[in-house]
Amino acid sequence: MTEPLSFDVTRLPSPHLNDSHEAWRQTVRAFVDREISPHVNEWDEAGAFPRELHKKAAAAGLIGLGFPEEYGGISDGVDVFHSLIAAEELARAGSGGLVAGLMTHGIGLPPIIALGSEELKQRIAPAVLAGDKLIALCVTEPSGGSDVANLKTKAVKKNGGYIVNGEKTFITSGRRADYLTVAVRTGSGGAGGLSFLLIEADRPGITRTPLKKMGWWMSDTASIHFDDVAVPAENLIGQENAGFAGIVANFNMERLSMAAQAVAFARVCIEDAAAWARDRQTFGKPLAKHQVIRHKFAEMTRMTNATQSYLDHCAWRVMKGESPVAELSLLKVQATRTMEFCAREAMQILGGAGFMRGCRVERIYREVRVMAIGGGSEEIMNDLAARQMGL
Amino acid sequence: MKILVPVKRVIDYNVKVRVKSDQSGVDLANVKMSMNPFDEIAVEEAVRLKEAGTAEEIVAVSIGPEKAQDQLRQALAMGADRAILIKTEETVEPLAVAKLLKKVVEEESPELVILGKQAIDDDSNQTGQMLAALLGWAQGTFASKVNLADGKIDVTREIDGGLQTVSLKLPAIVTTDLRLNEPRYASLPNIMKAKKKPLDVKEIGDYGVDVAPRLETLKVTEPPKREAGVKVESVAELVDKLKNEAGVL
Ligand SMILES: Cc1cc2nc3c(=O)[nH]c(=O)nc-3n(C[C@H](O)[C@H](O)[C@H](O)COP(=O)(O)OP(=O)(O)OC[C@H]3O[C@@H](n4cnc5c(N)ncnc54)[C@H](O)[C@@H]3O)c2cc1C
Repeated sequence: MTEPLSFDVTRLPSPHLNDSHEAWRQTVRAFVDREISPHVNEWDEAGAFPRELHKKAAAAGLIGLGFPEEYGGISDGVDVFHSLIAAEELARAGSGGLVAGLMTHGIGLPPIIALGSEELKQRIAPAVLAGDKLIALCVTEPSGGSDVANLKTKAVKKNGGYIVNGEKTFITSGRRADYLTVAVRTGSGGAGGLSFLLIEADRPGITRTPLKKMGWWMSDTASIHFDDVAVPAENLIGQENAGFAGIVANFNMERLSMAAQAVAFARVCIEDAAAWARDRQTFGKPLAKHQVIRHKFAEMTRMTNATQSYLDHCAWRVMKGESPVAELSLLKVQATRTMEFCAREAMQILGGAGFMRGCRVERIYREVRVMAIGGGSEEIMNDLAARQMGL
Repeated sequence: MKILVPVKRVIDYNVKVRVKSDQSGVDLANVKMSMNPFDEIAVEEAVRLKEAGTAEEIVAVSIGPEKAQDQLRQALAMGADRAILIKTEETVEPLAVAKLLKKVVEEESPELVILGKQAIDDDSNQTGQMLAALLGWAQGTFASKVNLADGKIDVTREIDGGLQTVSLKLPAIVTTDLRLNEPRYASLPNIMKAKKKPLDVKEIGDYGVDVAPRLETLKVTEPPKREAGVKVESVAELVDKLKNEAGVL
């Protein structure tokens, strides 16, 4: 008997995974089954998940994963694939908003780890990795997110520190965060005039406004306004005007992780659509027995298989220490296209039931766009890759 | 004090079990296997006793296939100190398991054995009780709370009428119920550390125990499919059906 199509069946075996990866998968899965899956619908409708989840996730090892041991992280014996398994298993709950909100430190903290002073790292990282404090990354501005090099929020030197003025928007965990990793302009125009500042969110002059969204409801997304916010000099992350490196510090893992989530969301769509298609009777037989529907499953599986293999390839290169920028860009596009396709096809298979709130496919369908826009949009990713093709 | 915790590799509780077409059993090919959930609770309780300073060493033991090493590694990652696998590819019935565990107890001399109240695959609910009888030890089954102090252990048991607390002299056998605790996750650093903890692999034959099955499985079948419910038009019709069809009124 062949096994029925499911989340696990659609995961191609990978030559890069060993026993510790599989054991880790069991841990994350148990965590998700116990702490997350039973609540996702309720949390999404409520527009928030409990803050304590960060502590619980930290205790299970999810928050520290991949960060250096000396700051409370877990890095001994850990490779890229442990992180991707975490992303994939978290995505299995069928809520990107949950992953984005729970794992915001995955983009907020790396600039500090990559560039920050020892004092700054010791001051910030342990509390974040213990799940006690939340940190957000503030790059995007109302005037644009793709063209990062031209951002406008200004930090001016004064009394040995900085005065910050400007506005950030679409910031994940923007209102919950205790710490903000903020890209600011300290120098002239372009990428060479950017710096990163660590700004405590309770500093006077900061106002935060919640934003309503198409999806990712349980994730806190906000605009953050900086009005003459005084920031001490020791909060500068790395060197002045060398902040672009902090943005780059996020690229590899953010793209790999978003790709891993996107394929996992696609597999969730396949699983739920397959369960429905086996059960649902139309025209006297199960949906799954109609050729038009069967071919949808073949196509969806073809897409997830190809994407998973490409993901494994890219992750393996990152694990070896490479930074294959063009491949990672194309991978992200491939992964979100796969998610988009599978969400669409699964919705068709579910019919009207899929349009009703409270199922994973409906939520994933609403979350496709943010996956294809955030963390480097499709257009920007393709452009980045094309520039390296000697055209 | 040393605690022995037997753990069993069973079909994962999330798996929708399928009966083999020849009705000889359930299909285990490519099916996700996990540690019996009641055994996870047993490991957790032992680890808590160790963390509280009451126990010094936790030994996990499994009787099962080579792959049961995965479950032992999980027990080690949760906090057990070392593990023993008694290897067999055959089905071992509760009495045989109890006899094997008795041998392990004689070798290891633990003062406490904590087992799951039952395994979710065959739901026998026998091993702990049989082991207690074979050893002549006190037993506290279906524990929802344990309190260990002054050479005795108080076990609060979930029984039909409510809760019963028994006080046992050590050495003793405890079997866990669902509400005893919430097992921890094996964290990644502990998964890594668990790889370096000792895991002895023994052959079932080493123990000189008669493990031949006493039971013969005639056939395994799916439970009958639930019939769809009926909708009634009126209260009168409902009362009529309850009286004349269900016979409950
Ligand atoms: C829910 C959510 C959460 C987010 N969280 C964060 C966060 O935590 N921190 C943060 O800093 N940002 C965050 N973002 C912002 C995100 O990174 C940006 O939305 C993204 O970078 C795109 O920027 P933009 O929205 O300003 O679009 P724009 O840059 O204005 O682009 C608009 C469109 O034009 C296309 N485009 C732009 N330039 C070109 C070009 N040269 N050639 C062709 N096409 C082009 C883009 O692909 C896009 O389709 C979040 C966004 C969302 C929706």
